[in-house]
Amino acid sequence: MTAPAGPPPGAGFGRRLRKEDQRFIRGQGCFLDDVRLPGMLYGAVLRSPHPHARILSVDTLAAQAHPKVRAVITGETLAGRDLAWMPTLSGDLQAVLATDKVRFQGQEVAFVVAEDRYSARDALELIDVEYEPLPAVSDARRAMDPAAPVIRDDQPGRTDNHIFDWEAGDAARTEQVFRDAEVTVSQDMLYPRVHPAPLETCGAVAAFDQVTGKLTIWATTQAPHAHRTFYAMVAGLPEHKIRVISPDIGGGFGNKVPVYPGYLCAVVGSIITGRPVKWTEDRSENLMSTCFARDFHMRGELAATRDGRIRAVRVTVLADHGAFNGTAQPTKFPAGFFGVFTGSYDLEAAHCRVTGVYTNKAPGGVAYSCSFRVTEAVYLVERMVDVLASELGLDPAELRMRNLLRPEQFPYTSRTGWVYDSGDYPRTLRLALEIAGYDDLRKEQEAKRASGQLMGIGVSFFTEAVGAGPRSHMDILGLGMADGAELRVHPTGTAVLRISVQTQGQGHETTFAQIVAEELGISPDDVEVVHGDTDQTPFGLGTYGSRSTPVSGAATAIVARRVRERARVVAAAMLEVDPADLEWEPGRWFVRGDPDTGRAIADIALAAHSSLELPAGVEGQLSATCVYNPPNLTYPCGAYICVVDVDPGTGKVSVRRFIAVDDCGVRINPMIVEGQVHGGLADGIGMALMEVIAYDSDGNCLGGSFMDYLLPTSLECPAWELGETVTPSPHHPIGAKGVGESATVGSPPAVVNAVIDALRPFGVRHADMPLTPAQVWRAIQGRPLRTDLAIS
Amino acid sequence: MTIRVAVIVNGTEYARDVEPRLLLIHFIRDELGLTGSHWGCDTSNCGSCVVWLDAKPVKSCTLLAAMADGHAVRTVEGLEQDGRLDPVQQGFIECHGLQCGFCTPGMMMTARWLLDHHPDPDEAQIREAISGQVCRCTGYENIVRSIRWAAEHPRSGGAGERAGDTA
Repeated sequence: MTAPAGPPPGAGFGRRLRKEDQRFIRGQGCFLDDVRLPGMLYGAVLRSPHPHARILSVDTLAAQAHPKVRAVITGETLAGRDLAWMPTLSGDLQAVLATDKVRFQGQEVAFVVAEDRYSARDALELIDVEYEPLPAVSDARRAMDPAAPVIRDDQPGRTDNHIFDWEAGDAARTEQVFRDAEVTVSQDMLYPRVHPAPLETCGAVAAFDQVTGKLTIWATTQAPHAHRTFYAMVAGLPEHKIRVISPDIGGGFGNKVPVYPGYLCAVVGSIITGRPVKWTEDRSENLMSTCFARDFHMRGELAATRDGRIRAVRVTVLADHGAFNGTAQPTKFPAGFFGVFTGSYDLEAAHCRVTGVYTNKAPGGVAYSCSFRVTEAVYLVERMVDVLASELGLDPAELRMRNLLRPEQFPYTSRTGWVYDSGDYPRTLRLALEIAGYDDLRKEQEAKRASGQLMGIGVSFFTEAVGAGPRSHMDILGLGMADGAELRVHPTGTAVLRISVQTQGQGHETTFAQIVAEELGISPDDVEVVHGDTDQTPFGLGTYGSRSTPVSGAATAIVARRVRERARVVAAAMLEVDPADLEWEPGRWFVRGDPDTGRAIADIALAAHSSLELPAGVEGQLSATCVYNPPNLTYPCGAYICVVDVDPGTGKVSVRRFIAVDDCGVRINPMIVEGQVHGGLADGIGMALMEVIAYDSDGNCLGGSFMDYLLPTSLECPAWELGETVTPSPHHPIGAKGVGESATVGSPPAVVNAVIDALRPFGVRHADMPLTPAQVWRAIQGRPLRTDLAIS
Repeated sequence: MTIRVAVIVNGTEYARDVEPRLLLIHFIRDELGLTGSHWGCDTSNCGSCVVWLDAKPVKSCTLLAAMADGHAVRTVEGLEQDGRLDPVQQGFIECHGLQCGFCTPGMMMTARWLLDHHPDPDEAQIREAISGQVCRCTGYENIVRSIRWAAEHPRSGGAGERAGDTA
């Protein structure tokens, strides 16, 4: 497979400063809480203190009597409008405001609308809810016990907490390989529950115009169009009367994909009061109630030959989805894209089985830059390769090199049916080893070990799967995963591009202008990018799973090429030649063999809007639209190496170096790509060493503030050392692949592998994340390791 | 019950009658309409709300507006002087020191303070200075570089230019 002929080198690609920075560095961004409307009221949510309890009564009289309160909304209020429950993005139902029971600590019970923020909070304390506490299940491994309380007794006939079973691969063939294998290894591991924790929490401002019937919702959403359709389906409002605006978003990372109960409450509050209603979460609400990530209890097994050829992988997973199955992922993929657990290796067989269960914990499951659970898959296989390396006494980098897919195997169909598009894995790993000075690091480690110092070197190699659809395989809420773009060149030659994806810091206003610039040979400064407003942009499924560039980036390149072809026809009319006699160079069409006779895009644009006679069937003006249905995912890859030092006395891990070589195909703006990789690497250090949403055995959330949910700071992060390889995606118009989540996916196993490598002198084979000083110290002491984050 | 709070913010005097419990960040954002400073966590961990109280960076989510009465406050809106960007602002543009832009105002206020007191900080000093603030997008390295850029370009030509060209 060869790369497609790319566009002629235009003016677009390369490092360019970001357009959007100008407003942010002046404090002139417009985030959700910056939206202020005349007469605006403020909402606040009353939340359950209990993880599991029956609601006996909700008394709101005192709250309603508060002089500044304008409305108090309960589950009963919503039930009267058939809105007490809403569909989740996984085909389940979720309570908007609880009516029968509360099922996790922090669940929404009532909503107060008041004249100001503080009064709304005051009034929450005036609501009297009588609860009858019930036993709670906070450990997924106990959720299927026959004696476990049934959490979802709202579902008729339900007698257990089982949600789904999902399988991939060939069980019989895999069993056969395992039976014959010279060596097998097995390891249990937990990918703990973590939270994306964007610095801006979630919120919405709803404004219902009672005269026109138009509902405008400003919301922290990564998918404004999907949200609009959701509101139309759930609230029964006509879709053309709903406008969703996603203003500047203060980080999303998957947290801002779902529709949260607070958004719907703000909408109902505005409909009831006739005034705009703003609702914003506080940090505890964000951490305790919105979409978390991971919470995968995994058992991995590898079968191999004694000389280090990996033959098969087998995985069983228990997935904790919380109280409602609220994951935001393609309908046919209940375990997301976990099916890529075969990783970057050429295997004979593979099989996995994932079981999803309900627990009395917050709903969700995919968020935090996970690419629909590729994160869990990569962690599993990359930890297992290290476990095997340890068993065989082989160097982990060497073991990987022996098993990586070879460039000539692409496109490669994995044992679970995924078609990897392109990559040069050995070259990517070799480059990382070279930048790291791997052999010297191993020598240094040996010397340090001799003197009792703990130094570890961790390697991981990942294959990402990003850019969902195609729409025939992938949908959310029945909406196929395709995205649109519209490009119009104004009469004087500048342009406006409208896209359906929504930036949360990725720099779309710059990158997408660069794509147009590259294709049309005009300056990116002359392209305005419009996004985040459903009344102004074409329909599409939004930004998550690193799909902006793979999907909308492709749509953008295609509309620009369509405009270029239209410009050719117009230029031909201007020059009175046949369009076939014209040649393109960046920015202009000229007559073949006569380079001095040509027309620039700006001249063509003016002519296209003028009275110039155009050939029959050719419309005037210069514009195009495209709905891009990706033929396949794109498969970025990377090789990461982490170097840590561990304090044997305290168990504290310091990340000394981190080398990341990424291949995300063609890079439109290398500065932005590198920035995204940096951010993901920091995420990886956070997840590996610090971050966890833990629950006690009664179901109390122990990670409800930044005092408890620890995020990496400038002191935990080293200076990143980056490298790149470039294998263009053969099916993407400009050869680009997604990159936004690569580092979040690839870095946690590198960090954990490094720490376990450091602890080898103590015979440690595995320890679960987060590798806090306490966890590492226990490992050093040979004490029982924490394998269960439900703390008794 | 309200109390009168008089403050000078970015050189302009303001006086408002507010509830005694009103947080300084809400005073700045909701009462004065200066929305460049952000609220992020309530617990002084994230630093999105960092402003200067007199000459020191503070976390305005854990101060009452009343505590600023009679004092001077400087926010991100006060960094640009006479239409010229502060070198810190220019540095964040040049070195890609921001992505979503939410932590940026607080980071820049701390950076300005650092450079006022340590005009030539090394990487370790910069990392220490911003260690009480969280960024979820950048992994910090480009923030460190941005502040170094500002140290190397104190009020030089170029600051204040509206950038947007190829670097």
